[in-house]
Amino acid sequence: MELIFERSRPGRGSQILPPPDVPAAPIPAEHARKRAPRLPEIGESDLSRHYQALARRAFGVCDGFYPLGSCTMKYNPKLGEEMAALPGFTGIHPLQPAHTVKGCQLAMAQTEYALSRITGMDRFTLQPAAGAHGEFTGLLLIKAWHRSRGDEGRTVILVPDSAHGTNPASAAMAGFTVKNIPSTAEGLVDLEALRAACGPDTAGLMLTNPNTVGLFERDILEITKIVHDAGGLVYYDGANLNAIMGVARPGDMGFDVCHLNLHKTFATPHGGGGPGSGPVGCKEFLAPFLPGSALGGNGGEQSIGQVRAFHANFLVVVRALAYLMTLGNSGPAEAARGAVLNANYLKKKLEEAGYRSAFPGLCMHEFVLTLEGLKKEAGVSALDVAKAMLDAGIHPPTMYFPLIVHEALMFEPTETEAPETLDRAAEVLSEILRRAHEDPESLHAAPVSTVIGRPDETAAARHPVVRYVFPEG
Amino acid sequence: MNIPEELRYARTHEWLKEEGGVFTVGLTDFAQHSLGDIVFVNLPQEGDPVTAGEAFGDVESVKAVSDVVSPVTGVVKAVNESLLDDPAQVNADPYGAWLIQVEEVTDTDELLDAAGYEALCAGEEA
Amino acid sequence: MGNFLPAAPAEREAQYAALGLSGPADLYRDVPEAVRLDGPLDLPAPKSELEVRRSMEALAGQNVRFSTILRGAGAYDHYIPAAVSRIAAKEEFVTAYTPYQAEISQGVLQSIFEFQTMICELTGLDAANASVYDGASAAAEAVAMCRDRKRTKAVVSGAAHPDVIATIQTYCFGSGMEVVLAPAREGRTDLTGLLDDGVACVYVQQPNFYGLLEDGAALADQAHAAGAKLIAGVNPATLGVLEAPGAWGADIAVGEGQPLGLPLSWGGPYLGFMAASQPLMRKLPGRIVGQTADAQGRRAFVLTMQAREQHIRREKASSNVCSNEALCALTASVYLSLMGPAGLMQVGEQCYAKAHYLADELCKLQGVKLRYPGPFFHEFVTDLPDPTDVLAGLEAKGILGGFPLKGGLLWCVTEKQTREELDRTVAIVKEVLGIWN
Repeated sequence: MELIFERSRPGRGSQILPPPDVPAAPIPAEHARKRAPRLPEIGESDLSRHYQALARRAFGVCDGFYPLGSCTMKYNPKLGEEMAALPGFTGIHPLQPAHTVKGCQLAMAQTEYALSRITGMDRFTLQPAAGAHGEFTGLLLIKAWHRSRGDEGRTVILVPDSAHGTNPASAAMAGFTVKNIPSTAEGLVDLEALRAACGPDTAGLMLTNPNTVGLFERDILEITKIVHDAGGLVYYDGANLNAIMGVARPGDMGFDVCHLNLHKTFATPHGGGGPGSGPVGCKEFLAPFLPGSALGGNGGEQSIGQVRAFHANFLVVVRALAYLMTLGNSGPAEAARGAVLNANYLKKKLEEAGYRSAFPGLCMHEFVLTLEGLKKEAGVSALDVAKAMLDAGIHPPTMYFPLIVHEALMFEPTETEAPETLDRAAEVLSEILRRAHEDPESLHAAPVSTVIGRPDETAAARHPVVRYVFPEG
Repeated sequence: MNIPEELRYARTHEWLKEEGGVFTVGLTDFAQHSLGDIVFVNLPQEGDPVTAGEAFGDVESVKAVSDVVSPVTGVVKAVNESLLDDPAQVNADPYGAWLIQVEEVTDTDELLDAAGYEALCAGEEA
Repeated sequence: MGNFLPAAPAEREAQYAALGLSGPADLYRDVPEAVRLDGPLDLPAPKSELEVRRSMEALAGQNVRFSTILRGAGAYDHYIPAAVSRIAAKEEFVTAYTPYQAEISQGVLQSIFEFQTMICELTGLDAANASVYDGASAAAEAVAMCRDRKRTKAVVSGAAHPDVIATIQTYCFGSGMEVVLAPAREGRTDLTGLLDDGVACVYVQQPNFYGLLEDGAALADQAHAAGAKLIAGVNPATLGVLEAPGAWGADIAVGEGQPLGLPLSWGGPYLGFMAASQPLMRKLPGRIVGQTADAQGRRAFVLTMQAREQHIRREKASSNVCSNEALCALTASVYLSLMGPAGLMQVGEQCYAKAHYLADELCKLQGVKLRYPGPFFHEFVTDLPDPTDVLAGLEAKGILGGFPLKGGLLWCVTEKQTREELDRTVAIVKEVLGIWN
């Protein structure tokens, strides 16, 4: 379809503003723009249709099943959207005097309180704008704490080899070096390797629990003890909290600091990549290092400082608060159980259909298939299977992650899917498996029903075209 | 698999050629094949020091990135700037598309000859 | 009530039965008893939708909404056309994930490609990314882009937004880069004596925190003479009329995209944008959309240059950013498309003219004067005798006055305020400062 620049015609546009009602004042010549930006010139009717056409070429949770592992693509309640559009929230300037923003401050405080009850942490900051931003913030708390004790030699962050890429990247941004901890054949942290890796240079360990293969680290108390005994702190990556919220709390497992993803666990929408929100919680002893919170002003003398402007991705917090109020004291556990039940149900169906799980037995909220065997037998890859799912109107699972599983497909159905949706997904995948053996070529060609086929990513990366090039003249 | 007799090889799949005190470093045919379509090459600048056994740059494919390790310790004399615009040369002509040239070399990693490298590759493929 | 599970209880029982499990407790066999909660959380009971609505509306009702906002300082009260919010609320955009599956995500990908193009046009630079969290984090990411082995210092203008300075300092606490604050002299950046061959970049804001127009070209020349990069923090709403940072020498331009159709929202979500000259393109953090084709030659858009990013490069990635502000970027694109070049120019001209009108009128009052000489855009600092009383007097009439700075106020006027509102403001200030006037 056309780009909006290709729809543009000189002289078109909408008159949005009234004429000026004050005397004209010329921009000083030395600062004035010489050449106007080539923004689209388009009437509102065509503009509206352009974006409707783009919307038809997008795929949201509203369009179909979205079992994207590690991303918790649950339903986004519509009430959250309406609450986030209340003028009493949207029309508030971030630098209004405190006595005029009591509602915002209360919304923040109520959210912080609910999150602290759910995680077992003592204090929260809602500043971070996404999970990775939260990781960075949490790691700086760890860094500042060690420094405050004169323990400057703690420069290493331990990360399991199954971790999300953000973990090591955040650790590097916070100035740490990264040491990888291998996983056992069972997919769990190797305790002996962890013990061997811990030492006087250990600043901390970053861990998701359940971990990225969808298993609960049942030795979690031993894990956190090993790190604490070595003088390190333990960071909880909340990417997978949806499996255990209301059932068990990271704060009770020995974690010292955590981040959550409101856009995963707490049902705020992903927006095609953001905005998200990545609150950071910590135990009391780390509180002096937190960035300033809405109620606590600009943070104390030991604060790591700000990680963004102003207070939070506030409207995302508003949506999450509406969800938290709905869940109340019992809803978190019901949601978590539903997520784990659905994951195990789908896992069993897919195993029955002939797929192989990377790790047998019960999973938590997500599970990983390995298609290594299929690749060898039929030449059909995890990518081929994922692309064939597109033709069935299902968003594929996460592909090729975690890195410790070959030809991985990671499914996270979430609790907001009905059993018949899972049944249908299993049927679709069963049919794809049949085709993989009988007609593998058809899978290499998938998808065929989408607006484009597989794009040439090599050409895109070799000769990047990252903006529209206007015709000369 | 093309493994020229006249070159020497690192276990990390770089080739090395010496001419008059200047050491030229590139990626082997085996390396480019296992990396797949190379889309970008990150190289050091002229004058940068490199250390034997340590990465001096990396090569990117669409979904992966791999370090390129220097077989020698020295100073970068030249970099193959043409790769920045056309990284596909590394796939098409791995022994022509050199990455860097190093001078003032003070140390060299233990390197393999063509036969030794061929055995290494055969082992990795199995 | 209270969990959004679609399945009826009996259907869930059937699922448990299909798994050979007796109930929820069986699911959590791997969770040690010691850490399992044995009852509900210490939180209020679940609420129905109607009850949640009442609670949330009550919270919103506790805030004071000002009918006239004359405060900016990093968040700007512009008019948001109806089409902008309606289009950005489309459910397909709102509920989509990051467009990793290109074949079903062309809509989101194309919208980002169009956004990148508009940011390039506004800034006069070659490449833009898909956005980052906000203007402050964009500035901090830009500083990190400039670091190399020999240059590890960042010189940051003291006339930049305090939150931006603080955020750069926090990121540099992480990375180990040194931050040197360049003093503001008469409200403008002074780089004298600060630049040496250890400086990776200079960050300046245009217009700066005090609303003043900096001599961007001179600052860029100084930075370049020392071998450093120039990072410009710009307000995109000014770029219909102000010279593009790329044209006055910026290597990287970043900024807060909130003025482009995003509501004030007590500070977020906003929109960090980043653009860079061609040689720095691959150092841009985060997601970037590129154009390519499918096997049939159809134009296609994909996330590209992904090997820069954390999910591939892990601890060697230059940034950990993955989530961005895609929906806010879409909002900004719709705003820019609707306004067009003529509309954005009108916004700039009216902001400028109205701010100068208010400044002129305020300065006619005894005891009120501009703090800094020289050109300003749509914000300015006045010194005046009783800022606190002035703000209280304005608040009583529903007007949010300028942001208090020691002994003065930082005012902001946009196209949204009418002459009548500005005149009323001046009248109230005059009344409060009665003994002086």
